[in-house]
Amino acid sequence: MAHEQKHPYHLVEPSPWPLVGAGGAFVMAMGGIFYMRDIPYGGLVALIGLLLVLKTMYFWWRDVVREAHYQGHQTPVVQLGARYGMLLFITSEVMFFLAFFWAFFDMALYPRLGTWPPAGIVPFDAFDLPFINTLILLLSGTTVTWAHAALIDGKRRELLIGLGLTIVLGAMFTALQAFEYSHAAFSFNEGIYPSTFYMATGFHGFHVIVGTIFLTVCWFRAYAGHFTPEQHFGFEAAAWYWHFVDVVWLFLFVCIYWWGA
Amino acid sequence: MSSADHAHGHDDHGVPMSFVRRWLYSTNHKDIGTLYLIFAVVAGLIGGAISIYMRMELQDPGLQYMQSGDVWNVYVTAHGLIMVFFVVMPALIGGFGNWFVPMMIGAPDMAFPRMNNISFWLLVPAFLLLVMSLFVPGADNSSGAGVGWTIYPPMSSKLGTPGPAMDFAILSLHLAGASSILGAANFITTIFNMRAPGMTLHKMPLFVWSILVTAFLLLLALPVLAGAITMLLTDRNFGTAFFEPAGGGDPILFLHLFWFFGHPEVYIMILPAFGIVSQVVSTFSKKPVFGYLGMAYAMVSIGVVGFVVWAHHMYTVGLDVDTRAYFTAATMVIAVPTGIKIFSWIATMWGGSIEFRLPMMWAFGFIFLFTVGGVTGVVLANAGLDVALHNTYYVIAHFHYVLSLGAVFGIFCGFYYWFAKMTGYEYSSFLARAHFWITFLGVNLTFFPMHFLGLAGMPRRYIDYPDALAGWNFVASIGAYVGGIGTLIFVAVVIEAFIAKRKAADNPWGVGATTLEWTLPSPPPFHTFEELPRIK
Ligand code: HEM
Ligand SMILES: [Cu+2]
Repeated sequence: MAHEQKHPYHLVEPSPWPLVGAGGAFVMAMGGIFYMRDIPYGGLVALIGLLLVLKTMYFWWRDVVREAHYQGHQTPVVQLGARYGMLLFITSEVMFFLAFFWAFFDMALYPRLGTWPPAGIVPFDAFDLPFINTLILLLSGTTVTWAHAALIDGKRRELLIGLGLTIVLGAMFTALQAFEYSHAAFSFNEGIYPSTFYMATGFHGFHVIVGTIFLTVCWFRAYAGHFTPEQHFGFEAAAWYWHFVDVVWLFLFVCIYWWGA
Repeated sequence: MSSADHAHGHDDHGVPMSFVRRWLYSTNHKDIGTLYLIFAVVAGLIGGAISIYMRMELQDPGLQYMQSGDVWNVYVTAHGLIMVFFVVMPALIGGFGNWFVPMMIGAPDMAFPRMNNISFWLLVPAFLLLVMSLFVPGADNSSGAGVGWTIYPPMSSKLGTPGPAMDFAILSLHLAGASSILGAANFITTIFNMRAPGMTLHKMPLFVWSILVTAFLLLLALPVLAGAITMLLTDRNFGTAFFEPAGGGDPILFLHLFWFFGHPEVYIMILPAFGIVSQVVSTFSKKPVFGYLGMAYAMVSIGVVGFVVWAHHMYTVGLDVDTRAYFTAATMVIAVPTGIKIFSWIATMWGGSIEFRLPMMWAFGFIFLFTVGGVTGVVLANAGLDVALHNTYYVIAHFHYVLSLGAVFGIFCGFYYWFAKMTGYEYSSFLARAHFWITFLGVNLTFFPMHFLGLAGMPRRYIDYPDALAGWNFVASIGAYVGGIGTLIFVAVVIEAFIAKRKAADNPWGVGATTLEWTLPSPPPFHTFEELPRIK
């Protein structure tokens, strides 16, 4: 900005989105409870809440992109702050998954019903679809790195291709996971094995979807020319997130699909 | 520095803003801190009123006001959750942390001002959900979730609380947790990334250190609680079996997950109070804190060790003897850095020219009473003894000495220390002294007898007790009423100060107050440190 600001930090203008977002979260929680307790229109209320939250995210990040890209608020120090923020957010996500892994290991190491997997449960063959999914995610990890390298070298075409491939691979993973779920020999409510399995893989799947959306946004931003070899933290954050999702999957694959079966 | 220096540039200088933009859309750390403090006071009055009602019920043996034990349980739960998540945390971290962390490190604001605002606003729906849970069906024939702040299954499962009250409470915790996680990331980034030139980590005021450690505890512990209550929610509503023995699950798993969060949580509530007390003791002894680095790293080690002691809350669930031996030993280890802090405060005062202004009185009370709670903590840490004391009023006495007489004294300590800075007004010293002494008397009358009740075997979370315990219960109830009067005097202190409008000096505390906030006007201008201070 033009006026004489004497420090490198970004003092953000007042914004309505935090308030709208918190309101959306409230509506979503209420709708969720109504839905779970079979109160009429619960799903609809939850959906309205979700839309409010999504609207918040859209406009909030639109503002962030504007501030960074058109108003030049992203000084090096501000960018470093964003890095800290993203790393810390991912750390908290790791701890979130820790809870589900804890549940899994407690139950698998000391099976309360005698054996793990419990009698009557036919787990997936780890080296069938799950293995293909592992390969897909690992490959997507390399394509996103390729895109990053291309971005740093200023090769726009390769950036778009690498990023595009990553998104396609992410979508493939989700599709295969959905296929696998639909052919499962056990459902969510059939005891402790499906509970731990679906909770951990389900939350991972959700994170894959979020990561894919994040990468897709980056693709459009790359297409619009927002990223320069010097300044492209939005892309890097998406790549970090994607690697995090990737690593969680490796743990899921080794522990739950392979060892746990 | 005068406020005239700030009359340039941005349209938000000198606050020419509408109410909505300033208070609802805020991106200013001081305004958001104020919102947090107001929120905490309101929630505190509600949580406090509930506790008085509970003491009225326990004043005499038999049932007086509540219809059944279910109702009692609902009040216990509401009191605990409100005090932990909506009073102590918002006041210490959201309130004082927001106000003074940026000022003490010489930063113009928090790292993510917009995120700061959603951290606050998420608390409002969270609190609403908790209050709503009181009025919807819970256990059979009663409303509200009567599960205790620890929300153990099967009490919190469909079995124990079939009604939706529990779902309201769970989602309330989800939102409060999200609020705290975002806040934690914000504080860590601010402290790492926005310190003024020369403000190295080893020069940071101890209050900032305390918030830094607290933020790490929040960041690492709260997601685990979020995971646990998510599993509880799906157990209740989608047929999973995490905590259902019939499906192969186990409620003990929930206890582990809860306390892996829960023990760090108790330090989350006390570390910021440690920080405030350190500032105050140094200010009013007119000496730097004794053993500054030891004080800082004592907090770090309390934070680290705090993650590996959780099962001292679970000595009676059937852990094997080696596990209990480990958790006993690990828990005792925490008493070492805690002792370092106590002795360093005393050493700071030693030889200082001590002035008993109001904040110092609260700090003194804090040190004395927190030590009592720490000592009973060490008693409880012994698995062998705890088998007899677990779930008795002895535990209630322990944690109220560290919380009501520790964390809450820390809050008042900070409040009286910074009131002039935040508002620009001076409070009436007479009223404030009355507040201190009456509160001091009230809380000790309330909680000290609970040690005796606990040793005599009175169980916690129960609406009635044998006649033999009537005496001390009566004393405790009288204490609660005295404490309630103290709280009313606190409200009077604030109202009187705003009516009388006595202008406060920029630094009312003199040479002992060396941190950066005292170099600013009282109240500080809307934006502070537009020109970054330099620390030698
Ligand atoms: C020297 C330090 C401390 C030690 C050794 C210690 C030890 C313990 C132990 C062993 C228990 C479990 C008692 C039982 O349930 O049978 C306990 C309970 C508790 N402690 Fe501490 N404690 C310490 C400091 C603190 C602090 C600083 C706080 C908070 C500010 C705190 C808050 C609590 C709470 C809230 C409970 C009860 C939890 C519940 O069951 O609802 N403690 N403590
Ligand atoms: Cu503990």
